[in-house]
Order: sequence, then C-alpha cells, then structure tokens
Amino acid sequence: MADQLIFWVAAIVAIIAAARVILLKNPIVSVLHLIVTLVALAVLFLQLSAEFIAALQIIVYAGAIMVLFLFIVMLLNLRKDEFGRDQLPWLRLLGTLAGAAFLAELISVIGGGRARAAVLPQEFGSVRSIGKALFGEYLFPFELTSLLLLAAVLAAVVVARRRSPSEPENFQPAAPVNQAAGNGGEA
Amino acid sequence: MTLLPVPLGNYILLSGILFSLGVIGVLTARNAIIILMSVELMLNAANLLLVVFARVHGDIGGQVMVFFVLTVAAAEAAVGLAILVAVFRRKGSVDVDRLNMLKG
Repeated sequence: MADQLIFWVAAIVAIIAAARVILLKNPIVSVLHLIVTLVALAVLFLQLSAEFIAALQIIVYAGAIMVLFLFIVMLLNLRKDEFGRDQLPWLRLLGTLAGAAFLAELISVIGGGRARAAVLPQEFGSVRSIGKALFGEYLFPFELTSLLLLAAVLAAVVVARRRSPSEPENFQPAAPVNQAAGNGGEA
Repeated sequence: MTLLPVPLGNYILLSGILFSLGVIGVLTARNAIIILMSVELMLNAANLLLVVFARVHGDIGGQVMVFFVLTVAAAEAAVGLAILVAVFRRKGSVDVDRLNMLKG
C-alpha cells in the first residue's frame, strides 16, 4: 500500500513538473522543474532496487548536467521580449497533435497485466554488483564512453571558443609563465 | 516470486507520458534551451523503462545501460549547450525560428 502511494505521488509530481518544463516561458523555471522531475524519477529508481542509479541520477543529472543548463541560461541572459510574435502557430498545433498521437499509439500497444518481478540476487543494484558488471561484461563499452566524453569535452571547447577578429587564428607557441603573467598585468 | 509495487503497465504508461511530453517539447518549443531539456526528458523516460525491466528480469545489465545513457546525456548536453553559445554569439538569439541560415 505504501509502495503504491509512493509510486503515484512520484509519478504525478514527475508528470506535472515535466509538463511545466515545456509550457513555461522562463528557461530558469523550466530548468528547476526538470530537476523536480529527475528527483521524482530517482524516487522510483530507489523503489525498484536501483540504489546506485538513483544516487547517480541525483549527483550527475540533477547536480552536474542541470547546473550546466542553469549556467548557460544565466550566461545567455535572455530578455523577456526575446520571443516575439509566433511566426509558425500552425506548426505548434501540429507538433502537439503529433505528440498526442504518439502517446495514444503507445497506450494502445501496452497492456496492463501484473508482471512478476524476478527474485533478486543478493545486493542487486548496489555499487558492487554494478561495478562488477561494468568492469567485467561491459568493460569495452565502458572504455568507449571515456572516448565519447573526451570527444565531447574537446568539441564543447572548440565550438564555444570565442573567435574575435583581433585574435590570431593560429596558436602561438606558449610563452614562459612569468613573461606571460607580466604581459597580462600590463594589458 | 515477488510483485512489482504497481502493475508493469503503469510504469510503461508513465514512461510513455514523459516521452510524449519530451516529443511535444521538441516539436513546439521556440527556445533552443527548452528543446535540449525536452531531449533530456525523453532520455529519462527511456532510463525509467530500463530500470523497470532490469527489476522485472533480475538482470543488472539494464542498470548498466542507464549508466551509459547518463554518459551520453552528459556529452549531449555539453556539446549542445556549446553550440547554443556559439549560435547566440552569432545571431544574438536562441529562437529556433530565426535559425534559417541553411535555408537556400
């Protein structure tokens, strides 16, 4: 009974917050509502004996990725009148209809039914069991994610780098540290 | 044999609703930041299903997949936001309706 109550509260909170993410105009409020959705999903993960994933969800998703979003929203500092008159109103209507049709299709194909959950092995969802799977069976994909993250870091730096006309395109050889510091002080 | 807290269909329905909200957000939002957040919403709907079926089958592989999805989401957010910053420098706006530079 308590389990069902927790599910329904978390599910309703997640859906309402997710709807407000896409409905509200202010991006900062949208980011905060997305964090609420992520925390509600973390509660569901805890209920499904995925303790480590729930912790990751809070720390990495709500803690790191959403802070990056918040940082960019504040960096861009969009004005209130940023988005003027809607130029493509029929496109919004069509998009909503397409999303609703997608949901209707999903509902039509999923059945009810009370699936039996497997009897779980000891420590299912703990750091130890996930670590064993990650560094055993899934070792190669795990190593590939490190390449992915490296590529993402490099791409983010290259794409977001400021290119002003006064800045030379080619890299200059690095100056000695003390000399560079002196030049910076003069400039 | 144990039972899930609620029927399996409820989890799939919740995941479907969250995913559809993400789809609607991507299709209708004008602010590119909101579009990126809608993509995160869709990734999270998929994560929920992975965790649910990891529990149903008693297989830790589903949770490991969530770990990988988390990594991809972080990379996507970093690159996507960097592109947004570059676009904002060039156009002074993140309104996707104004991003028509590639239109012939």
